[in-house]
Amino acid sequence: MANPTGFKQFSRVEVPHRPVSERIQDWYEIDRPLVATVLDQQAARCMDCGIPFCHAAGCPVRNRIPEFNDLVYRGRWREAAENLHSTNNFPEITGRVCPAPCEAACTLAINDRPVQIKHIEYQIAERAFREGWVVPLRPEGKTGKRVAVIGSGPAGLAAAQQLARAGHEVVLLEKDDRLGGLLRYGIPDFKLEKYVLDRRLEQMASEGVKFEPGVEVGKDISAAHLRRRFDAICLCLGAGQPRPLSVPGGDLAGVHLAMDFLTQQNRRTAGDTLRNGRLPLVTARGKHVIVVGGGDTGSDCVGTSIRQGALSVTQLEILSQPPEGANPETPWPTWPKIMRTSSSQEEGCRRMWSVLTKSLRGQDGAVCELSACRVEWVAGPKGWQMQEVPASDFTLPAGLVLVAMGFLHVVRTGLVEDLGLQLDNRGNVVVDRWMTSVPGVFAAGDTVRGASLVVHAINHGRLMAAAADRWLRAERD
Amino acid sequence: MLTAPQARGLYDPAQEHDACGIGAVVSVAGVRSHAIVEHGKQVLLNLMHRGASGADEATGDGAGILIQLPHGFFAAEADRLGFALPPPGGYGAAVVFLPRDGEPRRRCEELLADRVRHEGLAVLGWRDVPCDDRSLGQIARESEPVIRQLFIGGGGLEDEELERRLYLARKRAERHARTELGISPDEFYIPTMSCRTIVYKGMFLAPQLFAYYPDLADPRVETALAIVHQRYSTNTFPSWRLAQPFRMIAHNGEINTLRGNMNRLQGYEKTMHSEALGGDLSDLLPVLEPGGSDSACFDNCMELLVRAGRSAPHALMMMIPEAFGPAYHISTDKRAFYEYHAAILEPWDGPAAMLFTDGRLVGGTLDRNGLRPCRFLVTTDGLVVLASEAGVIEFPPERVQRKGRLRPGRMFLVDTQEGRIVEDNEIKGKIARQKPYRRWLEENRIELRGLFQPATPDTIDPRTLAQRLRAFGYTREDLQVLLAPMAANGQEPVGSMGTDTPLAVLSNRPKLLLQYFKQLFAQVTNPPIDPLREGLVMSLMAFTGTQRNLLTETPEHCRQLKLPHPILTNEDMERLRTAKRPDFKVVTLPAVFPVGNGDPGEQLRAALDGLVDAAEQAVRDGASLVVLSDRDVSPGSAAIPSLLATSAVHQGLLARRLRSQAGIVVESGEPREVMHFCLLCGYGAKAINPYLAFEAIHKLVAEGDLPADVPIGQLIDQYITAVKKGILKTMSKMGISTLRSYHAAQQFEAVGLDRAVVEAYFCGTASRISGVGLEGIAREALARHREGFGRREPGQLELDFGGEYQFRLDGEAHLWNPTTVTTLQHAVLQNEPRLYEEFARAVNDQNRELCTLRGLFELVPGEAVPLEEVEPAAEIVKRFYTGAMSHGSISREAHEVLALAMNRLGGMSNTGEGGEDPARYRPRPDGDSLSCGVKQVASARFGVTIEYLANARVLQIKMAQGAKPGEGGQLPAHKVTEEIARLRHSTPGVSLISPPPHHDIYSIEDLAQLIYDLKCANPGVLVSVKLVSEVGVGTVAAGVAKGHADEVLISGHDGGTGASPLSSIKHAGSPWEIGLAETQQTLVLNGLRDRILVQVDGQMRTGRDVVVGALLGAERFGFGTAALVSLGCILMRKCHLGMCPTGIATQDPDLRKRFAGKAEYLIRYLTFVAEDIRGIMARLGFRKFDDMVGRVERLSCRKAVDHWKALGLDFSALLLPPERSNGCALRRVRPQTDRHQDHLDWEILRRLGPAVEQGTPVQLDMPIRNIHRAVGAILSNRITRQHGGAGLPNGTIQITLTGSAGQSFGAFLARGVTLRLVGDANDYLGKGLSGGRIIVETPPGSPFDPKENVIVGNTLLYGATSGELFVNGLAGERFAVRNSGAVAVVVGLGDHGCEYMTAGTVVVLGRTGRNFAAGMSGGVAYVFDDRQLFDTLCNLDMVDLEPVHLAEDLAVLEDLIRRHLRWTGSFQAKILLDRWRETAGRFVKVMPIDYRKALERLREREQVQGDAEPATEEVYR
Repeated sequence: MANPTGFKQFSRVEVPHRPVSERIQDWYEIDRPLVATVLDQQAARCMDCGIPFCHAAGCPVRNRIPEFNDLVYRGRWREAAENLHSTNNFPEITGRVCPAPCEAACTLAINDRPVQIKHIEYQIAERAFREGWVVPLRPEGKTGKRVAVIGSGPAGLAAAQQLARAGHEVVLLEKDDRLGGLLRYGIPDFKLEKYVLDRRLEQMASEGVKFEPGVEVGKDISAAHLRRRFDAICLCLGAGQPRPLSVPGGDLAGVHLAMDFLTQQNRRTAGDTLRNGRLPLVTARGKHVIVVGGGDTGSDCVGTSIRQGALSVTQLEILSQPPEGANPETPWPTWPKIMRTSSSQEEGCRRMWSVLTKSLRGQDGAVCELSACRVEWVAGPKGWQMQEVPASDFTLPAGLVLVAMGFLHVVRTGLVEDLGLQLDNRGNVVVDRWMTSVPGVFAAGDTVRGASLVVHAINHGRLMAAAADRWLRAERD
Repeated sequence: MLTAPQARGLYDPAQEHDACGIGAVVSVAGVRSHAIVEHGKQVLLNLMHRGASGADEATGDGAGILIQLPHGFFAAEADRLGFALPPPGGYGAAVVFLPRDGEPRRRCEELLADRVRHEGLAVLGWRDVPCDDRSLGQIARESEPVIRQLFIGGGGLEDEELERRLYLARKRAERHARTELGISPDEFYIPTMSCRTIVYKGMFLAPQLFAYYPDLADPRVETALAIVHQRYSTNTFPSWRLAQPFRMIAHNGEINTLRGNMNRLQGYEKTMHSEALGGDLSDLLPVLEPGGSDSACFDNCMELLVRAGRSAPHALMMMIPEAFGPAYHISTDKRAFYEYHAAILEPWDGPAAMLFTDGRLVGGTLDRNGLRPCRFLVTTDGLVVLASEAGVIEFPPERVQRKGRLRPGRMFLVDTQEGRIVEDNEIKGKIARQKPYRRWLEENRIELRGLFQPATPDTIDPRTLAQRLRAFGYTREDLQVLLAPMAANGQEPVGSMGTDTPLAVLSNRPKLLLQYFKQLFAQVTNPPIDPLREGLVMSLMAFTGTQRNLLTETPEHCRQLKLPHPILTNEDMERLRTAKRPDFKVVTLPAVFPVGNGDPGEQLRAALDGLVDAAEQAVRDGASLVVLSDRDVSPGSAAIPSLLATSAVHQGLLARRLRSQAGIVVESGEPREVMHFCLLCGYGAKAINPYLAFEAIHKLVAEGDLPADVPIGQLIDQYITAVKKGILKTMSKMGISTLRSYHAAQQFEAVGLDRAVVEAYFCGTASRISGVGLEGIAREALARHREGFGRREPGQLELDFGGEYQFRLDGEAHLWNPTTVTTLQHAVLQNEPRLYEEFARAVNDQNRELCTLRGLFELVPGEAVPLEEVEPAAEIVKRFYTGAMSHGSISREAHEVLALAMNRLGGMSNTGEGGEDPARYRPRPDGDSLSCGVKQVASARFGVTIEYLANARVLQIKMAQGAKPGEGGQLPAHKVTEEIARLRHSTPGVSLISPPPHHDIYSIEDLAQLIYDLKCANPGVLVSVKLVSEVGVGTVAAGVAKGHADEVLISGHDGGTGASPLSSIKHAGSPWEIGLAETQQTLVLNGLRDRILVQVDGQMRTGRDVVVGALLGAERFGFGTAALVSLGCILMRKCHLGMCPTGIATQDPDLRKRFAGKAEYLIRYLTFVAEDIRGIMARLGFRKFDDMVGRVERLSCRKAVDHWKALGLDFSALLLPPERSNGCALRRVRPQTDRHQDHLDWEILRRLGPAVEQGTPVQLDMPIRNIHRAVGAILSNRITRQHGGAGLPNGTIQITLTGSAGQSFGAFLARGVTLRLVGDANDYLGKGLSGGRIIVETPPGSPFDPKENVIVGNTLLYGATSGELFVNGLAGERFAVRNSGAVAVVVGLGDHGCEYMTAGTVVVLGRTGRNFAAGMSGGVAYVFDDRQLFDTLCNLDMVDLEPVHLAEDLAVLEDLIRRHLRWTGSFQAKILLDRWRETAGRFVKVMPIDYRKALERLREREQVQGDAEPATEEVYR
C-alpha cells in the first residue's frame, strides 16, 4: 500500500455519465471514464486491508483487488493487467456490467464510501487492450484432448478460454448466429458495446478456440454425436426459461418478454435488418411502456424503451421500496438492499413499488391498460408473506408491456433432456465437482446456479474448466 | 530418598532456573579468624529475602558457605578421631554427600578412597559431619544425604599439584560412580575436595545452614575468606547438590547460552590434552557433570581451565569477557587478548555476578551488561565485603574506608597472599600481556578482505529465477512484505494484530522446515538485552575454521577466518572458494536429494547420511570450512531443507568428535527472513550466503518495487543490515550478547516435528507434541519443488501470494476471515444468539480443520446435567478479562468502551502499558465506571504513579507479550498525541519505545521484589504476572508463584494488537495449549497451584476455546482481538500506521469519530460466550465452573485426524493428568501468604500517628537496615487514599533514616513525604517516585570522599513521574532510567544514565559511565564535563549537547545545585558554587532533539494566539 492515508485524503468520485439528453439519442456506452489523475487518487483510497473483504467476501472471481489497486496507484499498469487477468478472463466486461459486490464489501463502505474498484478494473482492462498487452496465451504443449463447450455466454467463453490455454482442443458451439449469449443479445449496447466482445473473441480464436455459431446441439447435431466427437462436453446453456406473466390478458399483443425485446434492439444496433419472423417487430416508439419487474433486465428495458422513443415508461416492482442509504437487515459486508437508481431509471421512468399486476386489458387484441393493486409484505412464520391491500386497485395505460420477472432455470428441452441430466428441485442441472450426472459432461454458470451475475458465470466457467482439465489429465494417465 | 522428578508430561527438569543473593567476606591480609564465618552468616541472613522457599514454606532452595580449610579445627577433630593431619597445605579435605542406604554408601566411600589412592594420595580418615536437622523443612528432610568428610594426605605434594590430583581423583570418582555403580550424582556428590577450601551447603533457608552445621559455630573454625550464597530456584524439588557455592564460584544470574557452551565443550573433548593434567583425559569426560545447573556447569568448565594451568582470573576473562566493541575505549593489548580468546571459547553469556576463589584469590566479576548487582565495601581495618546488596554487614561509618560497586565487565580481586586489593586494570593488563596475543592475532587471523582474490560478479539467471523462487517456497508476500522493506530501509518490517494462521504442522500448504521452529525468549529468570539502546555490548563477530586444543595457547589457535557478521555475499563466497591458503581449505558439498519415485523420506535420509559422511571425509582431509550448498537444485534434484542439512552436519560432526575441526557455511536459496538466519546460526552455521534472496532483490528492482536509482549493492547491503539487526534483536530477546555464544545454542523449540527427527538431527531441542517425520519433510520439500519446476495453470501469476500476513482466498488459512468477522459483528449488532452460534461453529470448525491445537482435542462428555443447574452466565463472565491494550495503541473511545463494558459485566479490562487518565478513577454519576480493573505495569512504567497503583484491583506485571515476547512495546510518533503524552509523561509527537526488559527485573528474585513493592503500594491488591507460552514457561510460573504473585497469565504466541516486527509475530512463543498445560502440570507437581490463579489468553474466541482452557488448568480468560472485533475491528492489521478506519487503533481525531463500538456489543459477545460455555458444561456434566478447572482427563485427542501432517502429533504429554501425590489442588484455593506484616512502614505509620490523616507536619528519626525494603510505599498508599493523587504539601512528613536501606527505598513515594537517608541504599531507590523527596547523604564521620564512593545502587528513579532526589555520592548503572518527571542531583553515576528518559531534570556533578542518554526523548540533563570527554560517553543518537549559557538554564542549574548543597551538605556542590562563574561554563546540557522540537512547537503555538494547532498536528498531514 503506497499511500496509507489515501482514504482520508481523497473522497470517492463517481464515474460521470454522459448527459441524459445526449445519451438517449444514441446507443453508445454512457460512462465517461475518469481521467488519470483522479483515477490515481481513487486507487490511493485502497487501504490494503488485512482481510480484503472486497476480494474475499465481495468478488466471486476472487479478483486480487488490493494488489491491482496498488499497482495502478504506482503506475504499474501492465502488471495490474496481468494480475487482473489471472483471476478474471473478461475484466473489460465485468468492469462494465458487474453490480460490484466488491464495493459493497469494501471496508471503506462501513463508514465511508467504497473504493472505485469496478472502474479501476475497467480502466486496467481497457488500457491492456489499448497498449496491446492482451495477446494470445498459447499453451506450451497440446494434450490432444477435444472438448466441446456449448453456449457462448460468459461461462462458456471463460471455460473455452481456460481449456484452450490448458492445451486442449476446444470447440465452442453457440445456437445463435453470433457468439456471446446474453452478453451479445441481452445487454444493451449503452451498457456494453459489442466491439468489446469481438476483440476478446479474436484473442480466443488466436489461442486456438474453434467457434461454431449457429449450431444448436440437440437440434442441429445430436448429443450422441457430440459425445463421440469430444472427450468432454461442457454445458454453459444459461437459464433461459423466463418466469411468465400469468395474468388474464398476458397473451395479448404488445406483451413481450424482456429478453425478446432486448434481443431485437441489440440486433438492430448491430446493423441487422430484422425480418418479421417468429416474433413480431416490437418498438416502444410512441407508446406508454410498462416494465413489469424492477431488476436489472427491467432497467435495460427502461433504457431501451426511452431510446426507442417511448411516450412514458413505468416500472413496477412487487417488493416494497427498500430504505434509502442503509438497511440494518443487510449489514456490511452483505449486499445492501437499499434504494438504488440505475442510469436507465435516471433517464426518465416512473417507478412503483409493492405493486402486483392483476390483469391486462386489450383493445383490438393489443394491450391498452394494465390493472394492478398494492400489496403489503408482512412477516410470517415462513418468512415474508404478501398480502393485497384491500381496495387499492388501479389501472395504468399500457401500449407495451415488457415482462422482466426473471428466469426460472435452464431450458429443459433439447440437450438437457437428450443427455438425461439430473436436475435439482429448482430445475437446475446437478453437478458434482462440476461434472453432471453423465460422466464426461460438465456444466457451469446459470445452468447449474440459476440466473445470476456475469461474474458468477465467469467464475463457474473457470472452475469447471479446471475440473474438466483435471479429469481429462487423469483420464490420460 | 526423595529426589527431583524425571521429565514427565510437559515438565522437564532441564528447564529449571535459579538465581539468588551472593556475598563474600575477606580479610585482605589473609588473617584467619572465626569472625569471618560470623560475618558470612550475617551476610547470608541479610540476603534471605533474595532466596525463596518451597511449597511447604520451610524448605529453602539452598544456601551454603565456602571457607578455607580450618586447619586448627580439623587437626583437633582428626586427633579426636584417631588420625593425624599433615601441616596445612599438605592434605586435602573432601565433603561428600552420600546415599542414605548403607550398602550403596559403603560402595561410594570405597570407590572414592580407591580413586584417591590411585592418584598417589593417602586416605587419612573419615569424619561424620555433625548435622542437626531439626530446623529443616519437610522436603529438605526427605532428601537429606549422609554427609561425611574425607581427609586425604598429599603424599608430599602441595598446592597446585595437590589441588590437581584431588581434582582428578574427584572427577574420576564421580564418573565411576555413575558409570560403574550406576549411582546418580543426586545421591553421590562431592561438594568440594581441595587442599584449600571447603563448602558447607544444603537445602536451606539462610538461618538453617548454621543451625544444621554446628561446625560453623565452632570458634576454632577459622578462615580468611568466606563466600556465601542463598538460592532461589523456580521449583520446589529437593536438590542438595545444586545449592551453592560450588568449588570455585558462587553465581547470581543465569547462563543463557548453556546448550551451545555444552556442545562446544563436547566438540573440544576429542582434541583436549594437558601436560599438567597428564595424558589421558578421557576418563574425566564429560567435563560437565550431568544434571548440573547452569552455574554448576560454569563451575565445571572454569575448574577445568584452572586445573589445566590458567589462572582463575584468566579463565573468567575467557568465560565472561567484557565487551570490547568499538564503543569501548580499552587497551589494544586487552582487546587483542579478548579477540584471540574469541577464537577459542565463546562467552558463557547471561546476567552474572560471579564470586570466585581459588582459595587464595577472592574476586568478583560482572557480565558485560552489569545485569546483577554487586556492591563492595572496604573497612579501615582490612576487611572486604562483596555482596548483592549494600548494608549486609553493619559497620560504624568511621570504619568504612571505601564503598563501591562492580561495574559491567569489571573484576575486583583480593589477593590474600599478597595482602592487597588488585584493581581491574592491573589484573587484566597483566593477563593480557602474559603472551604476545596481539602479535599472534595479527599474524594468524584470516579476514575476508585479506584473501585478495578478485570477486566475480553476481551470477543471476533470470530465466530460471521464478522456478527457483517457487522451488524454495517464495511468495509475493515474501518479496513485497519482507524483502522489499528490508532492502529499502535496512529494517525488518512491522505488522499488527498477532497471527491467526495455522501452525506449520497444521497447514495445508507446504511449509519450510524453518517454520516448524519457534524462538525462545527471556522472561523473568533473565532479562532480554536492549539491542537498540544498549547495542554496544553486543557483537556479531565470530571466528570460524579449525579450532585447536582448548587447554593450551599457541599462535595457531587464532588461525581462523574472522567474520564481522554471518551473512556472506556472493563475492565473499567466491573469495572463500578461490582463496589459496594451504592451511585454510574450503570444501563445498551439494545439499540436494534426488527427485525420484522412491520413498521420499528414505531418499532424504540417504542424502543426509551421505552429506554427513562427505562432511566427515572433508574434515578428515583437512577442510577448515565446509560449505553446504543447494545451488545445484534442478528439475531432477530438490534442495535438502537448509536447516536440516546444517543441523545434521553439525550434530553428525559433533557425534564423530570432529566438530571443532571445521566451520559450517550454508549457501542456500531458502533463508530470506531474520528467523531463518537465526535458526541456521542457532543450529551450527557460522555463516550464510542467501543467494536467492539477493537475486530476488535484483528482481524487485527490475520490477519497480525497489528504487532503481539506488545501486543494487547498496540495497543488498541494506538487506544484510536488516538481517543483522534482526539477528541482534533475536539474540537480545534471549538475553544473549554475542553471536559467538548464540551460535549452536539452539534457542528454539520445535512445534510439530517428529521426536525421532528431532532426536536424530536437532538433539536437545524440545518438541513436545511430536509431529511430521522425515517423510513429511521430504514430501513438503518435493511439493515446493514441483511448484517450481512443474506445470503452471494457464494465466497463473509467477508466484503465489502467500497469505501469511494478509488474508487471501488462495492463500494460507486464517481464523479471522470474512465469515468469522462478519458473523460475530452481526451477532452483536443484532443481539442474535443464532448468529453467535454460527460464528462459534465457523471458528470451531476451522479450529478443527487444523488451525489450532485445541481444534484437535475432543471434549469427553460426562453425565449431562440440566442447563438450569449450571452456574449462570452472569457468574461466568466474571472470569473474563479484556486484553492489555493501552490507551495510545487504541483510541480513548475504544479504551473506555472496553472498561465500561467489563465493569458492567463484572469482569475486568486492562489499562495496557499506557497509564490511565486519573479522571477515570471516579465512578460516573450513572454508576458506570471507566476505571480499568487491571492496571498494567510494563517495562516503560508509563503513568505508573502511586495513584494509578492505589486504584487497581489487579496489578499486572507484563513480562512479555504474545506478539513480541522479549521486546518492548512501540508507540509510533503519530499516536503520541498531547493527551497520550500527558498520560505517559512524555513528549507529544515523539515515538515511544519501551525497554525490552523491566530494568528492575533481571532475575526471578527481582520479580519477587517488584511484586513485594506493588503490594506495598496497594496492600490487598492481587498481583498478576503475564508470561508468554514457550518451553519452560511452567517452571517460570512456579518461580512466579514462589515470588508470591496471585495470578500468572499464560499468553499464547498468537495474540497481540500492538505493532511488532513480523518475525516476532510469527516466530516467537508457542501455542497457549502447550504453555498452559506445562504451567498447570508444573504448578501441581510443585504443590504451588493452590495459591495462584492461572489465566490464559491468545486468540480466545468461543465457549469451546474457554472450556479447553479450563480443562487444561486455567480459571480466568482473556479476550483481546475478539473483543475488538465485537466493537468493529476488521483486522486491517495496520495498527502500527495509526490509520485504523474503524477508529480503534488510531489517535487521529477524524478517524476516532468513525468508532462505532458500543459497550453493549462486547457485553453481548461475552454473554454469548458464557452461555456457550454453559451449554458445554451441561453436556460435560459440570455445574460449577471451578469443578472444570484442570480436569484434563476430560480432553481427548480427536480420533479422526485425517490430515497427513497431523497424523504424527502426539498429545499424550500435554493431556497427562498431573501427579498429585502431594495432594495439591488443581486450582487456587487459598491466598498467598502476606509478607508485609513486618514492613517498616507500619511502624512508621504508628509513630506518625494522625499526621497522615490530617496532613499535619511531622518529623521522625529511625534506624534502617537492608532487609527493610520498599520503605515509604505503604505510607504513600495511605496518603493517596486519604488525599488523592496530589498528596500533601511538600515536606509535610519528614523522616530521617540511618543505616543501609533495602531495595526500592522510597518506591512510589507520594508528594508531601521527605525521606532523608543517612547511610547508603540499594537498587531501585525512588522507583516510580510520585512527588516525594528523597535525600541520601553520607553519614557524618565517614572518612571517604563521596565523589569516589558508591552510596546508592542501580536503576534509580525507574519510571519516576515527579518528585526530587538528591544523592551525595555515586550511583550505579541506569540512573533515572525511564524518568518521566523527577528532578535529581547526583555526584556521579555508572553506565546507561538517563536511559529512555522522557521528562524531568537530572544534574550530574561528576563523571558518568558510558551510553548516557540512550533513547532519551524528553527532559534535560546537565553534566559537569570537567575533562571535556563527556561526548565520548554519551549516546548521541537522540540528543544534542549544548553549552549552558542561557540565563534560564543557568538559573535552573544553580538552583538545583544549591538545593543539593542545602539538603545533603555536598562538598562537591559547594566547590562548584564557590567558583560558579568558572564551573558553570563546564557544564553541558543534554537536550533530546525531539524534545527540543516539541518545545519549539509549543512556543510557536503560544506565540500564534488563537491559532491553536495541536503539537502533533503535523503527523496527520
